[in-house]
Amino acid sequence: MATPTLDKADTAGAPEPGFADSPYITVTFRIRRFNPEISEEATWEDFQLEIDPKERVLDGLHKIKWELDGSLTFRRSCAHGICGSDAMRINGKNRLACKTLIKDINPSKPITIEAIKGLTVQKDLVVDMEPFFQAYRDVMPFLITKGNEPTRERLQSPEDRERFDDTTKCILCAACTSSCPVFWNDGQYFGPAAIVNAHRFIFDSRDEAGEQRLEILNDKDGVWRCRTTFNCTDACPRGIEVTKAIQEVKRALITRRF
Amino acid sequence: MKIHKYDTVIVGAGGAGMRAAIESTKRSRTAVLTKLYPTRSHTGAAQGGMAAALANVEEDNWEWHTFDTIKGGDYLVDQDAAEILAKEAIDAVLDLEKMGLPFGRTPAGEIDQRRFGGHSRNHGEAPVRRACYSGDRTGHMILQTLYQNCIKEGVEFFNEFYVLDQLLVEEDGVKKSAGVVAYELATGEIHVFQSKSVIYASGGTGKFFKVTSNAHTLTGDGQAACYRRGLPLEDMEFFQFHPTGIWRMGILLTEGARGEGGILRNKDGERFMEKYAPVMKDLASRDVVSRSIYTEIREGRGCGPEGDHVYLDLTHLPPEQLDAKLPDITEFARTYLGIEPYTDPIPIQPTAHYAMGGIPTNVQGEVLSDNTTVVPGLYAAGEVACVSVHGANRLGTNSLLDINVFGKRAGIAAAEYAHTADYIELPENPAAQVQAQVENLLSATGTERVAVIRKELQETMDANVMVFRTEQTIKTAVEKIGELRERYRNVSVQDKGKRFNTDLLEAIELGNLLDLAEVMAVSALARKESRGGHYREDYPNRDDVNFMRHTMAYREVADGGKDSIRLDYKPVVQTRYQPMERKY
Ligand code: SF4
Ligand code: FES
Repeated sequence: MATPTLDKADTAGAPEPGFADSPYITVTFRIRRFNPEISEEATWEDFQLEIDPKERVLDGLHKIKWELDGSLTFRRSCAHGICGSDAMRINGKNRLACKTLIKDINPSKPITIEAIKGLTVQKDLVVDMEPFFQAYRDVMPFLITKGNEPTRERLQSPEDRERFDDTTKCILCAACTSSCPVFWNDGQYFGPAAIVNAHRFIFDSRDEAGEQRLEILNDKDGVWRCRTTFNCTDACPRGIEVTKAIQEVKRALITRRF
Repeated sequence: MKIHKYDTVIVGAGGAGMRAAIESTKRSRTAVLTKLYPTRSHTGAAQGGMAAALANVEEDNWEWHTFDTIKGGDYLVDQDAAEILAKEAIDAVLDLEKMGLPFGRTPAGEIDQRRFGGHSRNHGEAPVRRACYSGDRTGHMILQTLYQNCIKEGVEFFNEFYVLDQLLVEEDGVKKSAGVVAYELATGEIHVFQSKSVIYASGGTGKFFKVTSNAHTLTGDGQAACYRRGLPLEDMEFFQFHPTGIWRMGILLTEGARGEGGILRNKDGERFMEKYAPVMKDLASRDVVSRSIYTEIREGRGCGPEGDHVYLDLTHLPPEQLDAKLPDITEFARTYLGIEPYTDPIPIQPTAHYAMGGIPTNVQGEVLSDNTTVVPGLYAAGEVACVSVHGANRLGTNSLLDINVFGKRAGIAAAEYAHTADYIELPENPAAQVQAQVENLLSATGTERVAVIRKELQETMDANVMVFRTEQTIKTAVEKIGELRERYRNVSVQDKGKRFNTDLLEAIELGNLLDLAEVMAVSALARKESRGGHYREDYPNRDDVNFMRHTMAYREVADGGKDSIRLDYKPVVQTRYQPMERKY
């Protein structure tokens, strides 16, 4: 068994999450501002800040809000990638601000930050999430069973449990849906997140409403709109294989086997 | 100002709030007011599991679980409540499974269980596998499953509505709940919700610490709303410091990591928990492990150039096991520390994690206005409440359990009460206090900044009322908090708008944190003993003669408007367990 010692950790060169001992750098956050109380026009605004590159983009946004401009508005809560509040477009890619370290996005150039696309911007980085959650509700995202409930738990083999493990990780951040060109062009499309959550139930051996859910997704605004651009898979901060899940739903629609 | 009328109003949409909503929506017209979207709640951050003596993998029973809970809480637990918790745990887990929760499974297809700190077989003989889990995202799965079932039941949510005031009306000498006042984030509009019953399920208050596992939004809003209206707060000095937070960041790394075999080591590579807890070792209760870590650090055996942390070592566990059982926390180490847990140990330090104290309730979730009097129509459940099942120190996996058991109980009780009760007439100008608070902050021109005061508060809390406390450190904190509360009166916000004014809300949240921090410090100062999460170096022993009792803190307002804290005490409910010395 490897017994770690101080030496080992030090020479392993594991980067320390230090604040005091690491050099601060100056970065520019170029943020897309919008506040209809002030103007109907959205504008870009630059902020310069001194920050440790090992900190999160979210830390940078907080620094701006807390020290430079209190009106900068964004959603956040957990600050470590599990609540799904702070999906935004960072340097043109959808990411969670709390899961993106500044050093990983080339801080030598201005870092652009704007609201996710395809949902109405309400103020700065805050969008209207209602259409997104509506699509989620539309796929009936809850277990549906028939007959009497057992007194103990329903049995499920580890293999059956594994079958839908990936899609249970979704935190409903909308990074996938708002990176999808089909969704941008037509907000009626259910979008990848709703399909991911339908997948989570369709492939759950305990669920008995797979046919119903598949019919919903067979709709003109359903899975067939997907053009397999893989943007969603790239965007997912939970590492869910979104495109694969959509493909599995498509296959299930053809074979009616799941 | 808009006025709404509901039978039942629930404040908060984490685990406790949504579990309550599922019950109360079936029985009464219910509105859930939540400052976040429900799925953003911090229940989703819980990782390791939910305890229940299912005995799926080895012998276990709920009586052992009751004992562990009481012992874990250093005998400050109300034993009748702990019995309910442990007994109803089994159905609480089975309920969730039937709602669709994807638990980990045994080869036979039953719900799998893992070890967790403080949970033992036969009253402390050896660790027992009692925690039902879903990878290391059990809280996430509970939050998702409850939200999914809220959708199924048609629960009515008011998302991004901040409850800022609790309306209490005195009728025949009894304080009753008339409803709540809320601020709508999107529009800045103030709403009054008149209701027959109100359930607080708004979570914890951990953001008054700097190194914390708590979300930015955990600012004790429910506790503060009740406290300001003269209701007591119970046992606020008891706060849990989780042993394994990511060094300096505080992000939680589940105790399940030690349940799977992870080991804590000091700079010499020594498995130091063997010295402090010969039987349970790394799986002793959290207060014990956190103190042991700091003892190692103080005695010069901490790791790193500043010797200010220790290691959580998972390197001896097979990578497949880490991938299957601990995928999220291993990813946190990679993302935030750049460390590969397959090959390198993870630097950790204790992190402020959980408020054992809160709004006092009985086992039906009814809120108390003193040691015994119920406030008709007012309920609380989950971390905001103090039943008290956690006493002086909560066992891991008992909070996910608490929100399910007592969330369900509060939901049923509140809805049933709403059937028998009438609306209480609203006070004149029900929104006056909130309107004044909002207008004052928006028009203020003071020079103090919210972020500056908050940072100073967090620093003083970390330095003075964390794992080790003395009369002197606590007094320093009390003084500092007093100074910060003064300065807070001179605070102003930059955003003066109505739309999504999170600047304003952060100012309001800071006001809540300041009030609650003061209650915590003042309660801690008066408790001249060491028990569970409250450790006084100047009084290192438990003192059952003088302090086997719950603290009850009340806000008193003098004629001139100056407020102060009055402390009172409430007896602990004991059924069959006599206090013993706590050894692990
Ligand atoms: S699938 Fe991934 S990107 Fe899409 S909503 Fe879920 S977590 Fe976010
Ligand atoms: S703040 Fe929770 S996911 Fe980023």
